[in-house]
Amino acid sequence: MSTNPGSTLAQRVTGWFGRSEDQAVAAAEQAALRSDRFRLEREPEWKRLEGIVARIEKGRMRRISDEDLLALPALYRTVASSLSIARETSLDRATIIYLEGLAQRAWFIVYGPRATLGGWMRRFLGGGWGASVRALGIDILIALVMMITGTVVGWLLVSSSPDWYYALVPGGDGDPRVPGASRDVLLKSLFGNQNEPALAVFASFLFSNNAQVSIMAYALGFAFGVPSILLLVHNTALLGALLWLYHGQGLTFELIGWLSVHGTTELFAILLAGASGIHIGRAMAFPRQASVLDAAAAAGRRTAQVMAGVVLMLIVAAMLEAFARQLLDSTAPRLIVGTAMLVFWIGYFFVWRRGQTAGPDAGDGA
Amino acid sequence: MARAKAGPVRIDPHEDRRRRTILTPEGVRLPLTIASRGSRAAALLLDLVMIYAAMAATTAFLLWIGLSVLGIKPERLDDKTALGGALQALVITYFIAIFLFRNGWFLLFELGPRGATPGKRIVGIRVAARHGERLTTEAVIARNLLRDIELFMPLLFIGGALMSGDDVEIAAWAGLGWFLIFVLFPFFNRDALRCGDVIAGTWVVEAPRRKLEQALSIGQAAGVRSAATGTEYRFSEAELAIYGEYELQVLERVLRDDRPEAMADVAEAICRKIGWNVGRGDERAFLDAYYTQLRARLEHGMRFGKRKADKNTPGAG
Repeated sequence: MSTNPGSTLAQRVTGWFGRSEDQAVAAAEQAALRSDRFRLEREPEWKRLEGIVARIEKGRMRRISDEDLLALPALYRTVASSLSIARETSLDRATIIYLEGLAQRAWFIVYGPRATLGGWMRRFLGGGWGASVRALGIDILIALVMMITGTVVGWLLVSSSPDWYYALVPGGDGDPRVPGASRDVLLKSLFGNQNEPALAVFASFLFSNNAQVSIMAYALGFAFGVPSILLLVHNTALLGALLWLYHGQGLTFELIGWLSVHGTTELFAILLAGASGIHIGRAMAFPRQASVLDAAAAAGRRTAQVMAGVVLMLIVAAMLEAFARQLLDSTAPRLIVGTAMLVFWIGYFFVWRRGQTAGPDAGDGA
Repeated sequence: MARAKAGPVRIDPHEDRRRRTILTPEGVRLPLTIASRGSRAAALLLDLVMIYAAMAATTAFLLWIGLSVLGIKPERLDDKTALGGALQALVITYFIAIFLFRNGWFLLFELGPRGATPGKRIVGIRVAARHGERLTTEAVIARNLLRDIELFMPLLFIGGALMSGDDVEIAAWAGLGWFLIFVLFPFFNRDALRCGDVIAGTWVVEAPRRKLEQALSIGQAAGVRSAATGTEYRFSEAELAIYGEYELQVLERVLRDDRPEAMADVAEAICRKIGWNVGRGDERAFLDAYYTQLRARLEHGMRFGKRKADKNTPGAG
């Protein structure tokens, strides 16, 4: 084997590492194997990257100097190329395993989740959410049809036999809203509750309950969307039953006002959750050219953003339900608030568009 | 990288089945090891224990504030006084904290630079996007939304039945069946994906943290002369030509383990092959020299495009 010291190269490579430079060069000159000289010359750079990566992994971003942060991508590429060279020229398994591990850790950081939570939130509210809702396309219509079907079915079932009411509406004992209730009783359930205490507690309870239901409607889309549809139909059948009950006493309009305050937001959120579930189910049932797994993954990422928005909408809905509804004690203002919310959501999702980089994965380029 | 399969020699066949390769944008192939199902279960259990401990601690803390510090009784929740308001605030905090623990724990930790919850960190695994893509915020959200039906739903199912008192048995069986479908899901695909991984396009891989070990062929050990006995170990081409890369790596492992019995066995095996005789007690120096010279020979061959995978590979010089 030829033993060319190659000290000028070593000096150039390790030139900026101060004291370790001389040691590295000296060791490299001593080493008998060419692959060991290669390793010794580059070791300081590997160690530097390892230090930066370890600090980032520990979440100590502040303790990393700008210089190190700027050097990170270059160091990562150096290690990646060292790995390729080592694989072709070295049989030192320890070095290769170390480089594979280090390159992997650095790769996760260089190509990891790009945005901070705040940055993601800004992008999400500033158009990303609306784009992902629009990306659902036809599935929103399917979910809407299912919800209307559910309402109609609920109405028809209860009007054919009032016994269905008890099966659909999970009323506790003492709930006055049962078939045969007088007009006065029903009217009282809609108005005059503004002195009901602990509204905020009620709101937080409502929110966590509704959010859990909508997450379920989404997650169940996994079974080809069928359970999502069932959940949509079942929940809106309840609505149909309530409508029938109040319609019987000529209170349809008042009930709609009572429901619309928070209902336009809440039902919209449930619609989107169901549509997301159907979207996933449809992507898995009909994956087109992609494999089922890839289609499911693409649909899942697209709809995840919608779901983050659904949770936000449900927070708004719970606030409206607990505060606005009790404070607005007549039908007209309730309808105004409900309609305004509906117009707001539709405008926000479908009319207001910003930037043409639609899709949740946009803007993630390396 | 023209030589896709020229990676390190595979030694453990069981681990082999879990190995995957991703191609980075730089064109470098990085090996990944899919986390075993057992380690994932362990990580999940650790996380659940931590979550429930955190929930219990929050509950206890809020109760303590409510009962001891503020000295209010539950029936005063509806009071329109300042105390009633304080109690309401506590209840709201409770609802939100429980919701966040249930849905936010996995989400926030997996979005961090380590891509792992505390449980996963302890076990040494992390979340990654399949096929070497960038792990996105959306993917992490998606995979954790499904956790809800996989994990918490059956519990609620059984809990609800217990509370209402009827159909406990049916609910328990239904919950168990449901739970089993999702728990067993990772056993029916090669990558051990759970349903959330399928939806999000992620998988869970091992996140090893290795130190760079000392090179065996550097310094004193690499010399031809044994420090203890002064014997010179210099091998001929023919004596080195019998072994390939696989044997070299086995030898490397033996040297790193540094167990005298194992080294004596290996030295004896080599000696039998090449017809040498090593003095008792000097196996380490003999093996060090053989390792360095074999590696030099094989690496020399590599540079000329001639590789010898193991002792059964013919030719190569």
